[in-house]
Amino acid sequence: MVKNTEESKPLCIGVLALQGDFQAHIDAMERAGATVAPVRTAEAVAACDGLILPGGESTAIGKLMARYEIDTAIREAAGRGIPVYGTCAGMILLAKDIVSGAERGGQPTLGLMDIAVARNAFGRQVDSFEADIEAPAVSPDGPLRGVFIRAPYVVEAGPGVEVLARYQDRIVLARQGSLLAAAFHPELTDDLRVHQYFLDMVTAGRNGADN
Amino acid sequence: MAENGRNGANGAAATLDSGENRAEKATWRNKIGLAEMLKGGVIMDVVNAEQARIAEEAGAVAVMALERVPADIRKDGGVARMSDPKMIREIMDAVTIPVMAKARIGHIVEARILEAMGVDFIDESEVLTPADEQFHIDKLDFRVPFVCGCRDLGEALRRIGEGAAMIRTKGEAGTGNIVEAVRHMRTVMAGIRKIRAMDAAELMTEAKNLQAPYDLVRYIWETGKLPVPNFSAGGVATPADAALMMQLGAEAVFVGSGIFKSGDPAERAKRIVDAVTYYNDYDKLVEISTGLGEPMVGIDIRTLDEKELLATRGW
Repeated sequence: MVKNTEESKPLCIGVLALQGDFQAHIDAMERAGATVAPVRTAEAVAACDGLILPGGESTAIGKLMARYEIDTAIREAAGRGIPVYGTCAGMILLAKDIVSGAERGGQPTLGLMDIAVARNAFGRQVDSFEADIEAPAVSPDGPLRGVFIRAPYVVEAGPGVEVLARYQDRIVLARQGSLLAAAFHPELTDDLRVHQYFLDMVTAGRNGADN
Repeated sequence: MAENGRNGANGAAATLDSGENRAEKATWRNKIGLAEMLKGGVIMDVVNAEQARIAEEAGAVAVMALERVPADIRKDGGVARMSDPKMIREIMDAVTIPVMAKARIGHIVEARILEAMGVDFIDESEVLTPADEQFHIDKLDFRVPFVCGCRDLGEALRRIGEGAAMIRTKGEAGTGNIVEAVRHMRTVMAGIRKIRAMDAAELMTEAKNLQAPYDLVRYIWETGKLPVPNFSAGGVATPADAALMMQLGAEAVFVGSGIFKSGDPAERAKRIVDAVTYYNDYDKLVEISTGLGEPMVGIDIRTLDEKELLATRGW
């Protein structure tokens, strides 16, 4: 079967590289077999088949996104069904609502995902922790190692949101259609299962769009 | 870097039994992880809550809470110590980004006080007057991560060996002069490249010459990088200075006196944040650098006496 050039073009995953641990995501995605590009402009967003919002400081990333009009480009891409995956700060940026901290510093977000997120919800850095996370839909063969750093969690999820994992009853991994959000940092471990899960979402999305 | 052996004698990483699931706090990965989150960002010195809010609004990834910026410490003289916890607490309450604070080199109790307050990162800093002229703090024994300054690779690896989760160049703080930070970053990066090119048999002698732990020298030989994030500090005054340090290999930038000793701190803070993100994009750097007003007044390092240098503190 001969594929047309559009179909045979390898998937390109963009990693928003304004601030944060974007290099760890780039490395993880490359190990998962994807072609990866750092994204620092609105034009670069438009060229991606999937986009990762890394960990970092959500206020800093949010302000840079707004200053360089990258937020608009991401909302447009997500509107076209381009999958977006955020970890920690990325989860905060995806959320429709932020329940604490937003009143100070007027934090800009993308407001894409029907979740309300509490920032620094587990406490300050001395309360950062690691724990095993059961996420059967993502890692049926055993728990994920969750690395939580001044982490947020989801305090409220809308009806369209699928909860993929909880830690002590708090939602720490969730999906809504083509949007995926983790409160922890899979990119800081050697475990590629969450990145692979996202890559499968991107592949499925593109195949779906072709049909 | 391997998790093994990176916790102190008293076991800084605590295992908490939370019933169904065991959580481990303050692991080495948690400590380095926060430094990872700060990459590509700017950490700004602030002396009160108002400055902290200006820094956060500009897009700082963290603030360093201290009573006097280095330029004033240099001017005032005397003994520079840990800041009053009241002032640090006000800054912690004013912003949502991480708050760092400085302890004197070797001052275990200042560091423990900062840890007990819940400060997010401790800078065991040569900018303050050293409390111990022989030994640094055993940083592995703390739950809070530490950053330390260095002038060369050996000094960086000694601090990492003691448990620093982040390294920064010392530069020459409070001068508004980038020349020392450049010297220190180039020295560290050249040291890494030199090890990378070595034969395995040469590593032990290199460790001896650098006065650095062998396993860390070997780590660099295997990976080509430091085992912890490598930031820059000391003398950054302009967006171009910040971009220069990023091009030389810094993964993020500390700005001390450079922001709040300038003509328009809010605007300068924002421009330096942008310059660290777009450090390779010259069209954007033109825009970022244009019409910024007065930078802080700089000091030619050659006019300083040996005893006025802060970078020579630390061993």
